[in-house]
Amino acid sequence: MSRPKRQLMMGNQACVQGALRAGLRFYAGYPITPSTEVTEGCARELPKTGGRFLQMEDEIGAISAVVGASVAGVKAMTATSGPGYSLMVENIGYAYMIEAPCVIVNVQRGGPSTGLPTKTSQSDTMQTRWGPHGDYTAIAVAPSTVADTVTETIRAFNLAERFRTPVTILLDEVIGHMQEMISLPEPGEYQVVDRVKPTCPPEEYEPYGSTDNFVNPMPAYGDGYRWYATGLTHDAMGFPTNRPDEIVVNLDKLRRKIEDFRDEICKVRADWMDDAEFALVSYGSVSRTALLATKLAREAGVKVGCLQLQTVWPFPLAQLRELLQDCTAVIVAELNMGQIVREVERVAPPQARVHSLLRYDGEILTPIQFLEKIEEVRS
Amino acid sequence: MSKGSLLRLQLSEDRYEMRLSGSGGQGMMLAATILAEAIGADPAKRVIQTKSYGPEARGGASKADIVVSSSEIYYPKALQLDLLLAMTQESLDKYYSDLKAGGTLILDESLVHNPPPDDFYGVPFTRLAREEAGNVMVANMIALGAIAAISGVVPTEALTEAVLARAPRGTEDTNKRAVEIGVREGEAVKARRLQGAPNMTQTPSAPEEAPIEVPGIVFPRCQFEH
Amino acid sequence: MTTTAESVAEQRRSDVHLSYLRPHKKFPNLWCPGCGNGIVMSSLVRAIDKLGLPRDEVALVSGIGCSSRMPVYLDFQALHTTHGRALAFATGVKFARPDLKVIVITGDGDALSIGGNHLIHACRRNIDITTILINNYIYGMTGGQVSPTTPSGAYATTTPFGNTEKHFEPCDLAKGAGATFVARTTVYHTPQMDRVLADAIAHHGFSFVEVLSNCHTYFGRLNRLGSATALLQMFKEKTTSVGKTEESANGKIPIGVLHRDLETTELCDEYQKIVDSLSKGKQG
Repeated sequence: MSRPKRQLMMGNQACVQGALRAGLRFYAGYPITPSTEVTEGCARELPKTGGRFLQMEDEIGAISAVVGASVAGVKAMTATSGPGYSLMVENIGYAYMIEAPCVIVNVQRGGPSTGLPTKTSQSDTMQTRWGPHGDYTAIAVAPSTVADTVTETIRAFNLAERFRTPVTILLDEVIGHMQEMISLPEPGEYQVVDRVKPTCPPEEYEPYGSTDNFVNPMPAYGDGYRWYATGLTHDAMGFPTNRPDEIVVNLDKLRRKIEDFRDEICKVRADWMDDAEFALVSYGSVSRTALLATKLAREAGVKVGCLQLQTVWPFPLAQLRELLQDCTAVIVAELNMGQIVREVERVAPPQARVHSLLRYDGEILTPIQFLEKIEEVRS
Repeated sequence: MSKGSLLRLQLSEDRYEMRLSGSGGQGMMLAATILAEAIGADPAKRVIQTKSYGPEARGGASKADIVVSSSEIYYPKALQLDLLLAMTQESLDKYYSDLKAGGTLILDESLVHNPPPDDFYGVPFTRLAREEAGNVMVANMIALGAIAAISGVVPTEALTEAVLARAPRGTEDTNKRAVEIGVREGEAVKARRLQGAPNMTQTPSAPEEAPIEVPGIVFPRCQFEH
Repeated sequence: MTTTAESVAEQRRSDVHLSYLRPHKKFPNLWCPGCGNGIVMSSLVRAIDKLGLPRDEVALVSGIGCSSRMPVYLDFQALHTTHGRALAFATGVKFARPDLKVIVITGDGDALSIGGNHLIHACRRNIDITTILINNYIYGMTGGQVSPTTPSGAYATTTPFGNTEKHFEPCDLAKGAGATFVARTTVYHTPQMDRVLADAIAHHGFSFVEVLSNCHTYFGRLNRLGSATALLQMFKEKTTSVGKTEESANGKIPIGVLHRDLETTELCDEYQKIVDSLSKGKQG
């Protein structure tokens, strides 16, 4: 089967293509605008590659089936939007706790509640970090183009497998539904990471024992290890525990396996930052307009730089601290009432004032809104 | 650079923005996808297509935007339209103000009964689809032919190829014919305009209703056909 | 008898029940003395042993509640999930890996209240999963609250004046929703339970077994029904083998295999047909 080299593709479809390239074998979903094309795409494409697709009875069932498939031994994904994500959070928390690798696509729409089904938003940014109750560290990636969506989806799977954790892909309605011409990467043009399996004899296997990087090898069901996974706080064997010393080890593991390896996860795209006095910080669809505004302002001689968070969580603290160190002002642009700006405030240098450029009417920020804000900050 | 001067900046001249608008069920999303594919077949062109729609699958105003450039397109949405296709009165009323001065307006004169006073190109897409092409569902394909002929944004051969690539088996001839009708009518209305003739090919009588739901869908809605 | 490590190991080898217990797990279990859950657990072990299933191919999935703690004691793949969701997780396990035998251990609150939606849809799909619903008529783990099987008028900590609601008949619900094997048994009738569980696990399709069990700690105490043995006695007296005429059943609860459908196709098989036909199309 020969595929045309360049093709027009929607962000949601690109996500499916990225997932298939990353080794997706199982998808369970529930229809919800504006993510449905991911579910439909998997229904159509997965069985062709020997994979399996299920439309579950609700989003709770979808994430549960995904985690079940993951522990059984296959790479698994689901896609949803705000209301569905809200339903999923309990079992995303379960996946954090049992350390089940999986990918959750959130094609963001306006909220709260049913909100704006067909309009864009980035108001789930904090929910992605803090959705499930309890203490854990989240990973979220955010593409801003259709081509990016393929590579960031592959990266999301690789991070999920490497760190044995759920990874969220933060799309929004604009990226999910926008169509661009792209060339899909061929095998060999991208790296695929698979989970590490144990090599020790089953009687020596500790599913949650201490390791150098806080991540344990994970057998597939049927491999002979017969391990036990529970959402309860557990000891090295995975058995429920109430012992304070074991609780701390369990929770520290969830945090440190990610926090201690931020450099491996955090990705920031920096344009025109070398001599920038003003920095625009954004992610997702907003970064496209930020780049255009930066380019226009540069052509007019204003020293603006542009930072795009390709990793939103964990927040790229070290990278931003370094990149922003000489800036006098930072403009954080997002499609919500101001969520990521609080993270930027924590890393901005003392001389820099941090400004918010917000929009939450379902539309994306325009170039003129950026230019107006830059003017406001300059004066 | 002086303060405030950023506000006078213009977006690149190298940016052509189009909007295909109508009522849900008229196939504007699919038409925009096909047009974007036809334009994008030229490796020198960048193209991006976005949509805006209500929660319903049928009815309501729907629009699909296409931005074309020879360089990277950062801002994905249309800001000032170079071309507006309005398949219904409602969509014309809603989006006419987004058309830049001197922009190209193309109307379905079988459904738009109250056109603006300025220059426009009127073609009875829906009537031609039903009476000449034999299927009211191909009005959108006729419109694509007319857009190609009037604007020159895409070669008609590339458009025909893109339409055929999406046409389900057995509907190729109908769809190809629809594009041909559109090209013919587009060229004719363009020629008449150059001669200073009135915009409409005929004075519209009672406006027709937009086709909301028609059995025997000519194009599938799914995007994954290989 | 001395309890040296050697003698424990010997005992483990010789006793079918002990041989299926997790070697690393600390005992005793967390169930109250006399709890029916242990009876069900030993019956499950005998059923699996009788069928000769390789233990690496068995996956136990459970939710939240007393019964859901069972997989921690048994030496199989085990997924102890969230409240009500065991069947959704199990669906993922089974659909991703149809080669596994997937068994769900659940309770009346877990399966019928918070997990009711997943239960009816798992039945409808006829996915090859065995569900053992241990029905003790009450929420035990949280301390005796009313459940969807608590009889009308019965007392629970959240029905201090008697239950004003009607109860579910779990077997009727499962059958109505499309389960292709439905059975009821009790913790009193262990030989029958052994047979029923083996049949349910061997059944190719969704099998549902309701096991009437005793929570003397809460249901028994709050309703003045007496000790564990008194409740077992009650299961003996109030049940009768399935197939009796209504008259001879005399208002007793039928136990045994209530429904068996060998015609309806199973979900994983049906999906595999699609996968196979698509891969054939690719080769051709």
